[in-house]
Amino acid sequence: MAILGQILFFIALVLGVGFFTLNIKKLIRNIKLGKAVDCNDRKSERFKQMAKVALGQSKMVVRPIAGVLHIIVYVGFIIINIEVIEIIIDGLFGTHRVLSFMGCFYNFLIGTFEILALLVFVGVVVFWLRRNALKIKRFWANEMKGWPKDDANYILYFEMVLMGLFLLMNAADYELQLSGAAHYAQQDGSIVGAFPVSQYISPLLAGLSESSLILVERSAWWLHILGILFFLNYLYYSKHLHILLAFPNTYLAKLQPKGEMDNLESVKQEVALMMDPNADPFAAPSGDDETAEPEKFGASDVFDLNQVQLLNAYTCTECGRCTSECPANQTGKKLSPRKIMMDTRDRLQEVSKQIDAKKDPKEDGKQLLDDYITREELWACTTCNACVQACPIGIDPLSIILDMRRYLVMEQSAAPNELNVAMGNIENNGAPWPYNQMDRLNWADEN
Amino acid sequence: MNTDNTNTEKIKVPTMAEYMAQGKKPEVLFWVGCAGSFDDRAKKITKAFIKLLTKAKVDYAVLGTEESCTGDPAKRSGNEFLFQMQAAMNIEVLNGYEVKKIVTACPHCFNTIKNEYPELGGNYEVVHHTQFLKGLMEEGRLRVEGGKFKGKRITFHDPCYLGRANDEYEAPRDLLRKLEVELLEMRKCKSQGLCCGAGGGQMFKEPEKGNKDVNVLRTEQALETKPEAIAAGCPFCNTMMTDGVKNKNKENEVEVLDVAEMIAQAQDL
Repeated sequence: MAILGQILFFIALVLGVGFFTLNIKKLIRNIKLGKAVDCNDRKSERFKQMAKVALGQSKMVVRPIAGVLHIIVYVGFIIINIEVIEIIIDGLFGTHRVLSFMGCFYNFLIGTFEILALLVFVGVVVFWLRRNALKIKRFWANEMKGWPKDDANYILYFEMVLMGLFLLMNAADYELQLSGAAHYAQQDGSIVGAFPVSQYISPLLAGLSESSLILVERSAWWLHILGILFFLNYLYYSKHLHILLAFPNTYLAKLQPKGEMDNLESVKQEVALMMDPNADPFAAPSGDDETAEPEKFGASDVFDLNQVQLLNAYTCTECGRCTSECPANQTGKKLSPRKIMMDTRDRLQEVSKQIDAKKDPKEDGKQLLDDYITREELWACTTCNACVQACPIGIDPLSIILDMRRYLVMEQSAAPNELNVAMGNIENNGAPWPYNQMDRLNWADEN
Repeated sequence: MNTDNTNTEKIKVPTMAEYMAQGKKPEVLFWVGCAGSFDDRAKKITKAFIKLLTKAKVDYAVLGTEESCTGDPAKRSGNEFLFQMQAAMNIEVLNGYEVKKIVTACPHCFNTIKNEYPELGGNYEVVHHTQFLKGLMEEGRLRVEGGKFKGKRITFHDPCYLGRANDEYEAPRDLLRKLEVELLEMRKCKSQGLCCGAGGGQMFKEPEKGNKDVNVLRTEQALETKPEAIAAGCPFCNTMMTDGVKNKNKENEVEVLDVAEMIAQAQDL
C-alpha cells in the first residue's frame, strides 16, 4: 500500500515538473521572437543590480506597507521551500521527516517554517483586504477588470490554502507523535520538529481516532504538495511569473541613465550615408542579398520589440505602481504603462497560440498597435520615466512606447499634426518654433 | 517679488566663431538651447545665467547662429531620423571647435548631448547650469547668498530630465540652501517627482483627452507647500508651472523662477 503512494507521488512529480518545463521552453521560444539584444556587458554591475533590486527587494519598500508585507511573503516563500525538499524525499521513499536526523537544528527549522507560514498567511490576507475591501485605486483600473483581477485573487487564495494545509499537516503530525502512532512517533517517545503555531491547531484534532488523524495528515500532506505542483504550473498562465523572472529581468534591465534612449542602428547607417560627401546617391544597395527588405523602423507588433522588452512583459505582475505614478494616467488620460506591458504579453500569448497551432502569426490580421495599444495612449506619454522609476523589478514601459512612436512617425508619418509642425520647424530652421536660425543670438541684444 | 531686471547694462556675449578668429578657446561652451534663445520667458533665464558667468569671470562662449536644436523633441516624438540628422550637424560644429566642456540651462539639451551624442561621435563633459553654478560656488568664484530670498518659502520642482533621467537632485537644492531659503519639499519630489507635462514632445501639442492638465496637477502639488516662489531648473518646466500658477489665479502671489535667476536677483545683478 505504501509503495503505491510512492509510485503515485513519483508520477505526480514527473508530470508537474515536466509540464512546467514544457511551458518554460515555450516561454523562451516566445521571448526569442523578439530581436536579440547584447547584454553581455558590465556583468558585475548587472549582478549587483539583480542582488539589490530582486534579491534585496530595494525598490519594494518605496511603498512601506506593501513593501514590508511583500518581503514577509517573499522570505516565507523562499524559506518554506526548504521544507518542500523534505516533502519530496519523504514522498519518494516513504520516510517520515527524513531530515530530522539534524536534531535541534531540525526543530529550529520546522519552528521557523511554522512562524513564517503564519506570517505569510497573515500577509496574504492583508493583501486580499487591500485589493478587495480597501479597494486601493491601482488595483481597480480599467485594465484590471476580469481575468487580471481574478488571477490576483486566485494567487492569494492559493497561498492561503497552501499555508493552511502546511500547518494542518504539522498539527496532525504532532498529535500523532503525541499519541505514539506507529511510523510517526519516535522509539524513545521524543517529539520530532517544533510546532510553535500548529500546537494551537492540534487540540482541535484531539478527539480524532488514530486512523482519522492519519487521514487528516496524509490528506494535508498530499494536497499541499499537489498544490505546490499545480501552482508551479499555474505560473505560466498568470501574472505570478515574476517570482522567477524578476531575477533575469533585473539582471538585464538598463544600466545607463534613464534619460538615455537608444540611437537606432538602422537610422545611423542612413544618416552616415547622407552625411558622407563621397556617397553615390544612385549606387545600388551594397548588401549581398538585394531582395532583402529594408529594416522596419520602430515597432508595430511584438516581433519588432527586443527580447528584453518581451521578457519585461512576462515579468510584469500588474502591481500598478507605474500607472499610479504616470502623469498622463493621473490626469485621466488613457495611457497606463501597466496596460502597455499587459497588452504586449497578451499579444505575445496570442502569437504563441498560433505558433502552437502551426499558423503564421504574422498573417492573422492583428498587431500590437491599434488592436491592443491605441495611438491615443502612445501620444499621451511625457517620457518622464516615472513608470520606469516606479517598477520594483526593472520593467521599462517607456521603451515600448518610444519604439511604437518611432513606427508611427517613421513608417506611417502619423504623428499628431502639431508635432509634425514642430518637427518641420526643427528640420527647416533648427528649432521647434518657426524662428529663423540666424536670429538665435538676438536675445543678447534685447533688453 | 519683482522679476524685472531693471539693472540691465548690456553684456557682450562672445561666440565660438569670435574665439576661433582670435585663436582662443573658452573654458566652457554655453549651450543656450531653443527655449533659451527664442522663448521670451526663457530668455530671461539665459540672461541671468550670463550675468552670473560674467560675474564669476568664466571664460565662456556661445555658438550663436551656429547652434541648432539638439533633436530631443524629435527623438522623443519618434522621429529618430530627424534627431540623428540634428545630432550629426551639431556634433560636426562642436567637434570643429574642439569643444571639451558644455554647460546648458536646459535639462533636455543636457540629457541629449551628455547621453545620446557620445555614441554618435560627440564626446564632451556636459553639465547642467545648476551643477556648474554649484561648482563655481565651491571654487569660491561665485558668491551665492541669501539677499532677498533669505527665509522665503521656496519649493523646487525637479525637472524629469535632470532628476530621474540623470539622478541629479542635489545641485539645485544645494544652491537654494545657500540662498538661505526655507526649502519646502512637495509630496512628490526627487525620484518620485511629478512631470510638469512638457516632456516627450508634449510642449508642442495639445494634451490628449483627460480630466486635468498635468501642469495644473503639478502646480497644485507645489501650492500645497504654500510657497512664495516655485524654483525650477528647466525652461519648459518654467513655462508649464507659470501657466499652472495662472490657472490657479495665483500669479500675483507665487512667482516661478529659475535657480539661476534667483541667485542673480539675490545679488541684484
